[in-house]
Amino acid sequence: MTDHRYPLRLGDDALIAAQRLSWWCTRAPQLEEDVALANVALDLLGQARALLAHAGDLEGAGRTEDDLAFLRGDREFGNAQLVELPEADFAHAVAKLLFFGTYQELLHTALASCADPVLAALGGKFAKESAYHVDHATQWTLRLGDGTSESRRRMQDAVDALWPYTHELFAEDPLWTAAAADGTGVDPAALLPDWTRYVTAVLARATLVRPEGDWRPGGGRRGLHTEAFGPLLAEMQALHRAHPGARW
Amino acid sequence: MSAAERIAAAVRAVPDPEIGTVTIDDLGILRAVRTAADGATVVTITPTYTGCPAMDAIRAGIRTAALGAGATAVRVDTRWSPAWTTDWITPAAAAKLTAAGIAPPRPGAGGPALPPERRLLPLTPVRRPGPACPRCGSPDTALLARFGSTACKSLWRCAPCDEPFDHFKEHV
Repeated sequence: MTDHRYPLRLGDDALIAAQRLSWWCTRAPQLEEDVALANVALDLLGQARALLAHAGDLEGAGRTEDDLAFLRGDREFGNAQLVELPEADFAHAVAKLLFFGTYQELLHTALASCADPVLAALGGKFAKESAYHVDHATQWTLRLGDGTSESRRRMQDAVDALWPYTHELFAEDPLWTAAAADGTGVDPAALLPDWTRYVTAVLARATLVRPEGDWRPGGGRRGLHTEAFGPLLAEMQALHRAHPGARW
Repeated sequence: MSAAERIAAAVRAVPDPEIGTVTIDDLGILRAVRTAADGATVVTITPTYTGCPAMDAIRAGIRTAALGAGATAVRVDTRWSPAWTTDWITPAAAAKLTAAGIAPPRPGAGGPALPPERRLLPLTPVRRPGPACPRCGSPDTALLARFGSTACKSLWRCAPCDEPFDHFKEHV
């Protein structure tokens, strides 16, 4: 039996990534990209809804996807800090989508053969969408990295700023270990070699330098978040908290 | 026609809320219509994209159509596996899309994506063979934007027509 906290945490990653990415709607550097990022955010939101609904079913306490998304406090969210970080410019959005999307595609592909039939079905479905996100982020990384000196500088800055936060995606955690042990989930550490190979190849092709250094911020999995998380959550939950059960 | 057949026919005729010229049956979203032991009509659908905002409108459309055709109660189940693919779009529906100015997905195009570690990185921007222009049929088309007016479409331009058109993306 799947621990309900497992799909809940995967759902938190998708939900917060969607919320952060949707900020770009009306702010992207060109209209086509505005539509693209909004569509990616929509995919992520759809993934979050399915995962949160599954978590609510498993928990059996009658909590719906809305209850889980809108009525939990910051310490109850288990998303990785990477997805909540503010995106200082478009290059940050691209770098984050490359790092997080590649992790998601590998995760979803592996989930497709896990022992939880709902998660396996969702993994198979989500993998197709994540592959498209990775492809999109890859094209932009190549264009900006191997572009003008200004676009390269900003892309490198984004990679440098976000890289330390990628470690948390693959860090050891009791929930991952338990899910992998009984086959209901995936230990993300197993995804790291393929992730590193792909991301390293993209950065090299984009003439970008892969950061070194051993700073590994973390804590998101335990509900410890960065300063930017509170305002993000407040905005996301404001309507539901002001008008409980609001629908349209 | 039995009552159950009449209800099923009404459900099959529900149009897609975003591309009104095709039905949910044409697109392969509708997987089954059956009558449960308690007499309720049970409709099984498979979403196209996880976040497709049309899904709620589709559920409402199914409910309205089934009740209008005499169903006493309606349940709409969502089935995720096997995952929806554009290969489920019927040839007749592809013709309807073309007639509406939307280049239909090409059956089996591309195959499933390779896992990231096995994907070749493009040396130059990728130039896959594009969909034919839905107006003039020319294969001389170029990608304008990878995402179009809805999650399931991308935006292309036909060189001879010099006009943009939507392409229903292959999703396999």
